[in-house]
Amino acid sequence: MPRVAVVRFPGSNCDFDTLSAASRYGAEAYFVWHRDRDLRGADIVILPGGFSYGDYLRSGAIARFSPIMQAVQRHAADGGPLLGICNGFQILCEAQLLPGALMRNAALSFVSKPVDVTVEQTDTAFTCDYEPGARLRLPVAHGEGRFTAAPDTLRMLEAEGRVVLRYVAATERSPFQPNPNGSANHIAGICNASGNIVGIMPHPERAADRLLGLTGGVAFFTSPISSYQVGPASGQPPPSGVSDR
Amino acid sequence: MTFRVHVRVMPRTGLLDPQGQAVEHALTALGFEETGEVRVGRAIELDLEAASRDEAEARARLMCDKLLANPVTEDYLVNVEED
Repeated sequence: MPRVAVVRFPGSNCDFDTLSAASRYGAEAYFVWHRDRDLRGADIVILPGGFSYGDYLRSGAIARFSPIMQAVQRHAADGGPLLGICNGFQILCEAQLLPGALMRNAALSFVSKPVDVTVEQTDTAFTCDYEPGARLRLPVAHGEGRFTAAPDTLRMLEAEGRVVLRYVAATERSPFQPNPNGSANHIAGICNASGNIVGIMPHPERAADRLLGLTGGVAFFTSPISSYQVGPASGQPPPSGVSDR
Repeated sequence: MTFRVHVRVMPRTGLLDPQGQAVEHALTALGFEETGEVRVGRAIELDLEAASRDEAEARARLMCDKLLANPVTEDYLVNVEED
């Protein structure tokens, strides 16, 4: 059974939901603490949502220097699947494992609501069980989710197909603004060049149980297991480099 | 020698600063109609030991590059004074 490490920082608050979703879909999931130095044989690593270190300085800026992050960086450099959800995405950007940054929402308010996204890239460790172009409804809950990057970085992400999730209107006539935070190119999630590192603002762990009403997030938890059974990282090109700002 | 370092971190010009805009609107609403563009950043003060002012400034810049400012979205100014 594949082993999923869910990394807890002081202030993580989606850790139990993430552990529960990962366990429910065929993995042996367990917590590792930010002070740990060992991922205990993890095949898959998830950085959950929350407010690590109280979002002091900038979201994710302090968590990046936690002792466990060295093991997380090694796991990712070896091609291991690594998912950052919400604050986890902010940490991945601060750690330069993904390019760009997440800034304060354009409308200043904290946004907590379901949004619609399309899955634009299915050749990643966390989206390979989705159909290309699949539309999902997933909850977002963040105050700093406005993805921003230098213009040439944005062009590179688009040209290389590294936009994984993009906000879309539910219907053409939808009165709601589809992009909840003003992110560049309506980006909701991106990946690294080899697709083993994925960062997303929406919360798939809150959409992974029929009881909770939404199930669109399930494949984020089944995909890395499907690719694990094929053989972890074996079919993937080696990562081009750990640093990717 | 001990130096006191003042770091000013500001959102990069050209990037949307919703916090600054909100303060601008509030100032206008208070009657400060002369208010132009407002930008909100962060000031950090720290003391450090260094052999010279140049060394203190170089160390402070490294701190900014590694942690205090985000190179994607922020610019910083460093000012060093002898304590």
